[in-house]
Amino acid sequence: MGSRASRLLREEEIEEIKKETGFSHSQITRLYSRFTSLDKGENGTLSREDFQRIPELAINPLGDRIINAFFPEGEDQVNFRGFMRTLAHFRPIEDNEKNKNPATEPLNSRTNKLLFAFRLYDLDRDDKISRDELLQVLEKVDVEQKMSIRFLH
Amino acid sequence: MEDLWTVAVAVFQLWIFVVVFFITLPAMFGLSLGVTSVYIQILVKLLEWATIRIQRGREEQPSVPAPLPNGIIERAEGSMEEEMEQLRRSRSLEGGEFALSDALYFCKKGLESIVDDQVTQRFSSEELASWNLLTRTNQNFRYISLRLTIFWGIGVFVRYCVLFPLRITLAIIGLSWLVIGTTLVGFLPENSVKYWLSEVVHLTCYRICARALSATIRYHNKENRPQKGGICVANHTTPIDVVILANDGCYAMVGQIHGGLMGVIQRSMVRSCPHVWFERSEMKDRHAVTSRLRAHVAAKTKLPILIFPEGTCINNTSVMMFKKGSFEIGGTIHPVAIKYDPRLGDAFWNSSKYNMVSYLLRTMTSWAIVVNVWYLPPMTIQDGEDAVQFANRVKSAVACRGGLLDLAWDGSLKRGKVKDAYKEEQQKMYSRVIVRQNSISATHTRRDDQS
Repeated sequence: MGSRASRLLREEEIEEIKKETGFSHSQITRLYSRFTSLDKGENGTLSREDFQRIPELAINPLGDRIINAFFPEGEDQVNFRGFMRTLAHFRPIEDNEKNKNPATEPLNSRTNKLLFAFRLYDLDRDDKISRDELLQVLEKVDVEQKMSIRFLH
Repeated sequence: MEDLWTVAVAVFQLWIFVVVFFITLPAMFGLSLGVTSVYIQILVKLLEWATIRIQRGREEQPSVPAPLPNGIIERAEGSMEEEMEQLRRSRSLEGGEFALSDALYFCKKGLESIVDDQVTQRFSSEELASWNLLTRTNQNFRYISLRLTIFWGIGVFVRYCVLFPLRITLAIIGLSWLVIGTTLVGFLPENSVKYWLSEVVHLTCYRICARALSATIRYHNKENRPQKGGICVANHTTPIDVVILANDGCYAMVGQIHGGLMGVIQRSMVRSCPHVWFERSEMKDRHAVTSRLRAHVAAKTKLPILIFPEGTCINNTSVMMFKKGSFEIGGTIHPVAIKYDPRLGDAFWNSSKYNMVSYLLRTMTSWAIVVNVWYLPPMTIQDGEDAVQFANRVKSAVACRGGLLDLAWDGSLKRGKVKDAYKEEQQKMYSRVIVRQNSISATHTRRDDQS
């Protein structure tokens, strides 16, 4: 944990991740700590085995699909940027967040959260599952709250 | 050159004199000059001051991150059924058995466990609520105050240049005494004098070793101390647990024969007192192990066996699954709870990170080891209870007494994968949720039909 990481996180990288994902400085350093503790091979990337070493994830019925969500198409390793990008979907939506650039939605918007959940089912990535079911979910489920992880600071 | 040599010899002699007469001999008789307790009181006051100073510093510099010893994210404590209820309340139950929104529950749980899970954190050292002025626990230190840095510097000097040589000397004296003493006692014929002498040798040696770690041990409920012919079980944090427990009574150790220095110590110990050492090949054969232990326990005059049912070192914030093997032997179980104070020294042995020697060096250069030992009342297996349930019952009692978290996870997850049976458990739980919802909606429709 802490500064015993094989490679320290540079300030510029922290700023870039902050802009892209919206996590705070201390949250990013914490998650980097977690990333390095999961990275048993100490090569700066996580493989699927690293994720499966987490017992609570291994027994989760959707565990394999969640792990898949971290890996981009056809790749077997995920670096810290990719890790953070996926976790960013679960950042709580703050009321006072102003979207400076209305063209691109933040990663943790309602739509992007739903897109994440959708991709768990759409394994062949052809953007199709039953439309009616999805519409019902869109109407009534409190997605912002159910798909958010709150940090303790 | 001659003068330098004579001076060095004189210093060395003085050093040995001080160590032997002021520390070793009182330790052997269980007495203490009180220096250690004064030292610990000073330390505790210093650490309290440091905590307040760091908190003040954190208010002044908001970029200093706060330590979070209890986990880094909020987690909902509800069961699967409760969470699913909440998810489904937004739509009518008649719709069907499976709701697409159920996936959100598993999704969130999965991501939560990726960020912070209950199991893997037990295999690394506990994060402290506040920095304890040791370089090694310096997680997110920013320069806060000159005085803190000065105290840290003084601490480094005191620990490495004053305490460390002292502790090494004591450790060497203690271990050599153990090997020599037990070998000598081993030459005696089997009679009560031999047993008494063996106990004396073991006790005095462990007391010296405890001093070598600056260990302050508080025993609670001594009336429940393990008796002959019983089995003592305790939560496992470090190999030092053995020294801690053996300071207050004699136990028959159980374990694997090692090579090297450990092997020499083990072989000499077994000459004076019937410890149970296994060859590596024998450990695999569970029946052989159980029968040997059973034979030991059945002879009611032998010393109580000391077993650590978790099977591996855990970081002393929780108690993990007690393996049922120790509870199938029979006999009375005497549970013991051991809790280390993490502020003054991290006792946990992270065997994947440090080998034994570097672990001992780190322990001997921490401030001190302060530990509370609670003896619990003896427990026996009850009718209608199998070994697994008995083991869980003992584990809960130990966790409750020691103020530790009671986890059902297996300590061997440190090195191995989780069994598929647990995944099937989760799937069964979920299917029960669906089926129950289904039966409720079925009852509704039936009532509607009848009315």
